Amino acid sequence: MARLIVMGGGVSGHTAATFARDWLGSEHEVVVVTPNSMWNWIPSNIWVGVGGMSKEDVVFPLAPVYEKAGIDYRQAKAVSIHPEGKEGGDTPYITIEYTGQDKEGQSEELTYDYLINATGPKLNFGATEGLGEGTELGKNTVSVCTADHAVHANNELRNCIEKMKKGEKQTILIGMGHGMCTCQGAAFEYIFNVEHILKEEGVRDMAEIVFITNESFLGDFGMGGIHFKMGGFATSSKVFAESLYAERGMDWILGAHVNRVEEGKVTFETLDGQTDTQEFDFAMLIPPFAGVGLKAFGKDGADITDTIFAPNGFMKVDAKYDAGAYENWKGSDWPKTLQNPTYKNMFAVGIAFAPPHIISKPMSSPNGTPINPTPPRTGMPSAMMGKAVAQSIVDMIEGRATEPTHTACMAEMGAACVASAGKGLFSGTAAAMTVYPVVPDFEKYPGTGRDLNGTTGELGLAAHWVKHILHHLFLWKAKLKPGWKLIPE
Amino acid sequence: MSAKHLKHIDPYSPQFGTMVPLGFQKWLRTCVIYQFIRFIAINIRMTILILKSHH
Repeated sequence: MARLIVMGGGVSGHTAATFARDWLGSEHEVVVVTPNSMWNWIPSNIWVGVGGMSKEDVVFPLAPVYEKAGIDYRQAKAVSIHPEGKEGGDTPYITIEYTGQDKEGQSEELTYDYLINATGPKLNFGATEGLGEGTELGKNTVSVCTADHAVHANNELRNCIEKMKKGEKQTILIGMGHGMCTCQGAAFEYIFNVEHILKEEGVRDMAEIVFITNESFLGDFGMGGIHFKMGGFATSSKVFAESLYAERGMDWILGAHVNRVEEGKVTFETLDGQTDTQEFDFAMLIPPFAGVGLKAFGKDGADITDTIFAPNGFMKVDAKYDAGAYENWKGSDWPKTLQNPTYKNMFAVGIAFAPPHIISKPMSSPNGTPINPTPPRTGMPSAMMGKAVAQSIVDMIEGRATEPTHTACMAEMGAACVASAGKGLFSGTAAAMTVYPVVPDFEKYPGTGRDLNGTTGELGLAAHWVKHILHHLFLWKAKLKPGWKLIPE
Repeated sequence: MSAKHLKHIDPYSPQFGTMVPLGFQKWLRTCVIYQFIRFIAINIRMTILILKSHH
């Protein structure tokens, strides 16, 4: 009998746990440890944030799904990893602290044979003074990172719309709340959905809408930009994105590190070293991500967190962490099996794994402030990582292999991204993009780093239909309803 | 004809330096028949991508 523990129940963790449970015999255990009682289809939070969907449309309770699947569900947060066991025993274990199931605050040790770290990010609002999601800690800005944040964002947006209806002009600021943020796509979707809603409400002319980003050019998306085949040209996503903002009459601030948020005002430093401010009446700023703060201890109780985790709190895997300067970076730096190099029964997937370096070209201001997007590793790639790692672990548990048998390398996989630009069965639009590979490989694809036949982008109603259908398909899949395995990651 | 799609662009603003869609392009984006064809095309493209990406 073997026990697999999956820490985290988001897209990658849920995918790994559900496939592993399906493939493993009943003599083996699959345990999911997640502090959340609800599963959230995060890509649809942007629609909650503009009132196009309710919170209930994007979440469902995990307990009944895991009970039906035969997964041991612990509503708890993982606190520490002990990969060598403790004195008197070699069995590795983790410590958890319950957040629900009527055991709030209680701690427990759980032994494991294999461990998947899929803890996702800590939303690091504290990295920027005054940045937040509407609480006392950061009451000046809103967020759409969780369903509850998005509900609050919509409430604030509605207040703003009411003011516009009374003739009060408003400035709306949307974008990235720090120079090292990722997830530009979420801010991109939200700003276009807000603009779409303002048009529907008949108040578009009462709003100035500004996008603020740490990207050095619009359309970088944390991937160094992408090139599409368009009208006989290899066209940069910079042109594609700028065109969308220009069409909708929105301004943009590039290469910005927001370092302070006050009531109605952000202060930011730009890549040219200047400090500037932007006033706002409503602001949705995405926080930077960090690891969730897991600690690791050796058998003797010594702190070995630095051995297992990178300084940013993400888990080290089979990546090349000493690639050096940008000029030396290669696609092969990126991890394939996602196995921890020190403890071979540990893996990390989704946002939880430490990337070898960023994807975009590193940049900093003359003051030395790094201002560049960090690599996206959410959505389709994170689900593919979860499934590949589950396959490898199942093969090892069942004795078919001693090493990981499956890979999910971001330099060898593509990603499909459908970014909403407004919701509506016949009036909605979205940008449908495919990128192959996610991490550019300039040796294999000189010039653009990507296969032009696999890298595409277009805006239209069809993409909105795709996004809406994917919303229902992925919720169906996550609920393990009939045929869930047929829906691809 | 094109003026209404461009009237919000100020000369030498950042928006002045990129391409801006005109009426026909905008109409195509929500033309149901055309978009139905694009829907099929996008699905084919994404299926190929998924098949290429699993190892």
